[in-house]
Amino acid sequence: MSAKSRHDPLLPLATLVTLLLGMGLVAIPHLLRMPVWITVLVLLCGTWRFLASYRGDALPPTWLRTLLTVATAVGIYGSFGTLLGRDAGTALLLSMTALKLLEMRHKRDTHVVLYLGYFLIGTQFLFSQSLAMVAYLMGTVWVMTVLLLSVHQVPARPRPWLYAGRAASMLVQAVPIMLVLFVLFPRIPGPLWGLPGDAYGAQTGLSETMEPGSISELSRSDAVAFRVDFAGEAPPPHQRYWRGPVLELYDGRAWRRAEAPAAGPPAVEHLGDPLDYAVILQPHHQKWLFALDLPALAPPGASLNAAAEMRTAGAIHEPYRYEMRSHPEFRLDRGLSPGMRQRMLSLPPAAHPQARALAEQWRQTSGSDRELVAAAIVFFRSQPFVYTLSPPPLQQDHVDQFLFETRRGFCEHYAGAFAVLMRAAGVPARVVTGYQGGEINPLGDYLIVRQSDAHAWTEVWLEDSGWQRIDATALVSPERVEQGMGRAVPAGDPIPTMARLDASWIKQFRLGIDAINTGWNRWVLAYGPELQQQVLNQIGLVDWRHTVGAMAATLGLIVALISAYMLFGYRQPTTPPLVALYERFCRKLARRGVDRRPGEGPMDFAARACRSLPAHARQIDEITRLYVLLRYEQAPSPDGIRRLRHLIRRFKPAAAR
Amino acid sequence: MQAAPAWRDWMQRRVFKGLDDRSGVIVLRYRRVYIFPTRGGLLFSLMLVVLWLGAINYNNSMLFLLVFLLGGLAIVAILHTFMNLLGLRVTPLPAPPVFAGEPAVFPLRVESRSRRPRIGVSVALGSWLQDSADLAAKSSVQLAFRLPTEHRGWRETERVSLQTSFPTGLFRAWSWLDLRQRCLVYPRPESGAVPLPAGAGGFEQGSHEGSGDEDFRGLRRYQHGDSLKHVAWHAVARGREPQTKQFQGAARSRLWLDWDELSGLDTEQRLSRLCRWVVDAEAAGLRYGLRLPGLEIRPDGGANHRHRCLEALALFGT
Repeated sequence: MSAKSRHDPLLPLATLVTLLLGMGLVAIPHLLRMPVWITVLVLLCGTWRFLASYRGDALPPTWLRTLLTVATAVGIYGSFGTLLGRDAGTALLLSMTALKLLEMRHKRDTHVVLYLGYFLIGTQFLFSQSLAMVAYLMGTVWVMTVLLLSVHQVPARPRPWLYAGRAASMLVQAVPIMLVLFVLFPRIPGPLWGLPGDAYGAQTGLSETMEPGSISELSRSDAVAFRVDFAGEAPPPHQRYWRGPVLELYDGRAWRRAEAPAAGPPAVEHLGDPLDYAVILQPHHQKWLFALDLPALAPPGASLNAAAEMRTAGAIHEPYRYEMRSHPEFRLDRGLSPGMRQRMLSLPPAAHPQARALAEQWRQTSGSDRELVAAAIVFFRSQPFVYTLSPPPLQQDHVDQFLFETRRGFCEHYAGAFAVLMRAAGVPARVVTGYQGGEINPLGDYLIVRQSDAHAWTEVWLEDSGWQRIDATALVSPERVEQGMGRAVPAGDPIPTMARLDASWIKQFRLGIDAINTGWNRWVLAYGPELQQQVLNQIGLVDWRHTVGAMAATLGLIVALISAYMLFGYRQPTTPPLVALYERFCRKLARRGVDRRPGEGPMDFAARACRSLPAHARQIDEITRLYVLLRYEQAPSPDGIRRLRHLIRRFKPAAAR
Repeated sequence: MQAAPAWRDWMQRRVFKGLDDRSGVIVLRYRRVYIFPTRGGLLFSLMLVVLWLGAINYNNSMLFLLVFLLGGLAIVAILHTFMNLLGLRVTPLPAPPVFAGEPAVFPLRVESRSRRPRIGVSVALGSWLQDSADLAAKSSVQLAFRLPTEHRGWRETERVSLQTSFPTGLFRAWSWLDLRQRCLVYPRPESGAVPLPAGAGGFEQGSHEGSGDEDFRGLRRYQHGDSLKHVAWHAVARGREPQTKQFQGAARSRLWLDWDELSGLDTEQRLSRLCRWVVDAEAAGLRYGLRLPGLEIRPDGGANHRHRCLEALALFGT
């Protein structure tokens, strides 16, 4: 370990360590969701590179690097089943960046590593665009930039942190350019190529299928499903039914959406006053929108089908804002076609004998469908049902076991069982999924609907009134609807923090954060081609030519301002007023052709200036003497400085003859 | 409209003026400074394009934001790189003479009069980065570039550039320097054992006999033992104290390095041998003179004399 071997010809040790740590910061969020062996590989490469510089160990030979590269590619194929797509792609990129550290021999390689660093920062946004992650990644952008500044020469600068300020100032100067481009740069609607299946990761949210357990699973999540801005007052909690997929097919266990539901528009009569509001939907990677029961009209780009579901052409992968109008009172499908009626009554033949028996009994004792439904409501109200997030597992016939044995269930048990009973009794019925409730954020005056508000209810069809909403869960636990799931389930159920009702500071804090997030989602993350078009129209940039012109003009202005700042605004805060005055004097002389040479003393300069401008010799002499006198005083007297300023202001040399 | 010519004139002087020739100082004004992406910069922009396509494909706002931030950084980098060179003043300094085969070193003084520090300013010959330095605010620094030499005579400079890629290395700003500098190249001293010429035509012992009057340096008081031949008799005749004539080189040996003594060698070989002799004689502290066809440098010593002799050799026949 000689002194010589410690010296890396490319990067001084401090710069290398900073580089490795910076790349580590970039890698951490990726590593948290990757197989452990990739973490091991990354650490191995980083450590090897460090030792190579610190102790002068040799870097791995070419054959070993090639072997490692091939093995890594095979490993990633083994772990992910592909080399393409978002997950495997970033894993590949990260591993190759780590391996690149082992062949960092030239300045070029260092630059490539830093560019890969920037790229890895970008790919992280495919996984999370939360404010916290964005703040963290912007920090890493700064670190990468500091490094970029310190490796620009060979050998690289030994103290990278000296460039921290410069990098920060460059990024700050880049921010206005970024904002202009973000707002004005024409957005092309994507995707440009087929997205791989894993493009958006695991789905959270409702699906088109409902089985026992599927919604209670979802209810353990505090994640925000959507947020709502009401034009006026928010409706009372018992009206906050957010309609999602309507499930009409039943196979004895799961409720499913009809594969080809009847096309819209729905046959609906709207009653009462409408509600106007805007929804900012979190990406759920599905092709439907939520609206308050019952939507009047679908927003542009979506359509209402006969079941009053709102469907979009493409899946929602980005926060999406749409304006809605709903009528809480409505009459849907006053007439039902025989085929439709048939479908809404179908049950698998052998399923649920006990439930069928009960339904048969109701049918016999009731004069009409309406009475039958009333009997069912009484049944759910009177029997000892319990609303709980953790119902006992159901092994046999799950409806019978739930209705007559365990009597403990979550909304999907109640909605499903109620629909089964109705169909068995000959009343057309279906299950509607969506969300119920939501919480007003007092800090932003909007409603937050979370996954924990996911809900399912039943619709039954009655002569003359059409589809009627029956929420069997509310029959069992009215608190669910009035006060939310947190109050309704028994103590000890694993409910998420935000569904609890206590007004703890954590909850307050998180509501504050949510208010910020809402603005973020609404204006930044949701800023896509459509919103851009709206914004541009608003500020009068109708034509793309106008937009490009405005962009060029704004960018030119920003560049001019930055240049002016660099040329004229570079003040050294340490220049004492006395020196500044004297420099002004020198500039006046310079304009008359008497330049002060570097290192020339004031007295020598004055003598030379007097020879060039004899007419001003007396003034030059007086100013210089006063300056020198003040300069070598411990603390120049304010009177003296005032006098000097006066003299210099009055000093107006004429050009030498 | 009336003000336009004055304004244009001001622009001409203040902004676009290139050479400031009276003093031989080159001021790097806007028109003289060029800027272009480096290979790294091109790679960086390729990366930005790929990220941008990704942003469109995944419709990812943050990815757009990052692309635009890095794009903004590149634009800011253009300004910073350009400004890092702008306004520097370059003064060519005299190049010290070298022997053929040694590199000619051309020094430059680079001065910054602005309050911005300038970092990583280099002088380059083509793509060959030669010397680089940082300048503090309002300071100057000396940079040098080297050119190979082969032949004696004047070595003219080639076009070099003053350049910088600070801060990011994404862009390189440069300015061509057409410097009217030249470096004197002495002949290549002959190598091997080449003893100084002794005796014949070479050494003259300090006997002073036959030395011409041109070597007369002055008079001093006669001391006992001085040769009577050198007593200034006419002074004695006028009744003054006896004085002794002084001649140059009286105390040391004198050496003539003579072109004509080197018959049998061609011109360059002769010059090379004479060059070696001059160097050796000076190193030995001898007094030596040089005779070339049409030129005679009288015996002397010291750095200036050595330079005169070597210069004569370097420029012989040109």
